[in-house]
Amino acid sequence: MAAAAAAFSASSTFNHPSKTQSSTFPSLTSLSFSRKPVSSVSSQIRSLESLKLNRCARFLSAAAPTAASSATSATTTFHGLCYVVGDNIDTDQIIPAEYLTLVPSNPDEYEKLGSYALIGLPASYQTRFVEPGATKTKYSIVIGGDNFGCGSSREHAPVALGASGVAAVVAESYARIFFRNSVATGEVYPLESEGRLCEECSTGDVVTIKPIGDAGPVIEAGGIFAYARKSGMIPSRDA
Amino acid sequence: MIMASSPVVVSSSVLVEKKDVGLSAFRSQAATFAFSAPASKKRAFGKIVSVMAPQQSERKTSTTGAVKTGMTMTEKILARASEKSQLSPGENVWVNVDVLMTHDVCGPGAFGIFKKEFGENAKVWDREKLVVIPEHYIFTTDERANRNVDILRDFCTEQNIKYFYDIKDLGNFRANPDYKGVCHVALAQEGHCRPGEVLLGTDSHTCTAGAFGQFATGIGITDAGFVLGTGKLLLKVPPTLKFVMDGEMPDYLLAKDLILQIIGEISVAGATYKSMEFVGSTVESLTMEERMTLCNMVVEAGGKNGVIPADSTTYKYLQDKTSVSYEPVYSDGQARFLSEYRFDVSKLEPLVAKPHSPDNRALARECKDVKIDRVYIGSCTGGKTEDFMAAAKVFLASGKKVKVPTFLVPATQKVWMDIYSIPVPGSGGKTCSQIFEEAGCDTPASPNCGACLGGPRDTYARMNEPQVCVSTTNRNFPGRMGHKEGQIYLASPYTAAASALTGFVTDPREFLQ
Repeated sequence: MAAAAAAFSASSTFNHPSKTQSSTFPSLTSLSFSRKPVSSVSSQIRSLESLKLNRCARFLSAAAPTAASSATSATTTFHGLCYVVGDNIDTDQIIPAEYLTLVPSNPDEYEKLGSYALIGLPASYQTRFVEPGATKTKYSIVIGGDNFGCGSSREHAPVALGASGVAAVVAESYARIFFRNSVATGEVYPLESEGRLCEECSTGDVVTIKPIGDAGPVIEAGGIFAYARKSGMIPSRDA
Repeated sequence: MIMASSPVVVSSSVLVEKKDVGLSAFRSQAATFAFSAPASKKRAFGKIVSVMAPQQSERKTSTTGAVKTGMTMTEKILARASEKSQLSPGENVWVNVDVLMTHDVCGPGAFGIFKKEFGENAKVWDREKLVVIPEHYIFTTDERANRNVDILRDFCTEQNIKYFYDIKDLGNFRANPDYKGVCHVALAQEGHCRPGEVLLGTDSHTCTAGAFGQFATGIGITDAGFVLGTGKLLLKVPPTLKFVMDGEMPDYLLAKDLILQIIGEISVAGATYKSMEFVGSTVESLTMEERMTLCNMVVEAGGKNGVIPADSTTYKYLQDKTSVSYEPVYSDGQARFLSEYRFDVSKLEPLVAKPHSPDNRALARECKDVKIDRVYIGSCTGGKTEDFMAAAKVFLASGKKVKVPTFLVPATQKVWMDIYSIPVPGSGGKTCSQIFEEAGCDTPASPNCGACLGGPRDTYARMNEPQVCVSTTNRNFPGRMGHKEGQIYLASPYTAAASALTGFVTDPREFLQ
């Protein structure tokens, strides 16, 4: 179990990798994690060994032909404000059904979907994920509990999160269709945490997630189409 | 053959005495042990003693392929579809798809991705294997929703798609001869569900088709775009949970109660990434529509797919609906199941799932003080012909009028016609529609998904205020039917009708016994 060395980050720059279908992603098994409460004056950073974050490899086969096992030197990190939600956040809360008339492959409607991300959360969530009138969120990392993304198969759910500016979701566990859609589209990186990260963090905390280890071939390839092209399953687009 | 790695899960409240039950593969462990699923760390079964059986390592076939392990139905279907002789849970395989279904919400997106990835002039892999069913947001003035149906039409015309159940006249659904309605019910009624096949759909309730003994699951639009071009998809083989239901079905219970019982037992994540196989004498006694209800809510337990072995009931249903030949598949005797759950159905009672989760199970009779504002009978889960016949039975038994607005949304055109034509037993020849009218229900609406998932603001029966609704639908998460503070009690058609008559959540035995 990798020791989660907490790096006290003095900066709070909003910074996350761009989401392109062809971006390769470094191998990862566990994430070292650091947290800086925005308003805290305490100089002590809690030891985070108990918060080992695991790359969720359930979707992915170890026997895939093009599995890249090399650990690249440039590790992508996710760094930014986090928004914390609870267990069983279903797709109706992520993107209510009335917005499903928006077609994700249409660029204008893609942006609009982002503006409605997590608008279905009940009033107990006092902080809005996307400010009224805005299309982007200031929270690049969503931290959830169990069974994140349960409910419908609507791909609009990970798409809305991705369109709004979320780079990664860190949850204790995922519902399978949501997880699958996240991997297939590359819109958000679905990461799995051991332990109740949603109870450790609060909305507005600045977090840094640094992945290390082995990843799955599909995410590495950049989504299901890139993976299939790489393994020769379908011809490349230029062919 | 004793399978050491197969633990048995016991639901102590409804379990048949273990010594009476002949458990084929679990004899050595069955006697006194129970096992609580490792994933349910926050939902411990209070009365269960936990014993973990040693995990058996995956057995791989030898290079000659001669060594074979027994496979479950799901494993066998996927093996055949991926042209492999042997599969184990956890393997990722490229599976040939027999039928791909899409509707107006996801079709446009899937078609967009298809064109982007395969080219503007690409053709779908098989024009007879795609079934396009507009039904989600149809009877609305929402421009985008209407536009999405147009997008479906343009694509189907261009690609010469054989099965496109089009609608053009939104003011009168009956003027559209091709229009069917709710996709999962239409798929069954039009003979697209066949034993042993692989059916994928851009809707989570695609698992409904597992009632026909096939592998059926929901996928997203990117995956669907991929299937459109290749006719294949990368799927991970799920392990199977077995649910054995025996005992005579009481006449106040329906398949909806059975699945609510199960979901309440294993929780909304209890079957995540797993297959749910339903067997037993009770299951064998269920009609196809009831089997569909059972498999429909597999996804509410997180399940990947549900399966029920095909039998004479299945074949009879399919006789006049499809001429495509099919080959059913059954679990081997030595198949390995992850867990087994047993239920004595004769001991079960009518249930509801209280707000705001499908696993928030409660006895209907224990909720009799819950005042309600409306009742909704419809959707792929509870809007089929037999669901309406069941509701009519309760209204007939009562003879009184409903105390709250009662919305009826038949799933398909065929269901709508059945409501207006089939006589209800014991009524002296009255149809459901007549009984509903006499009971003061709303007139049955145009067939579509309706308010099950809220939809555009002007959707019929959408909950636009924070009200309490008893519904025969499948989800009750916050905002599901519209208003975020709306409270939805999921129930069987019997329970929904009984509740409409009293204005409170009501056990149907109040009227049926």
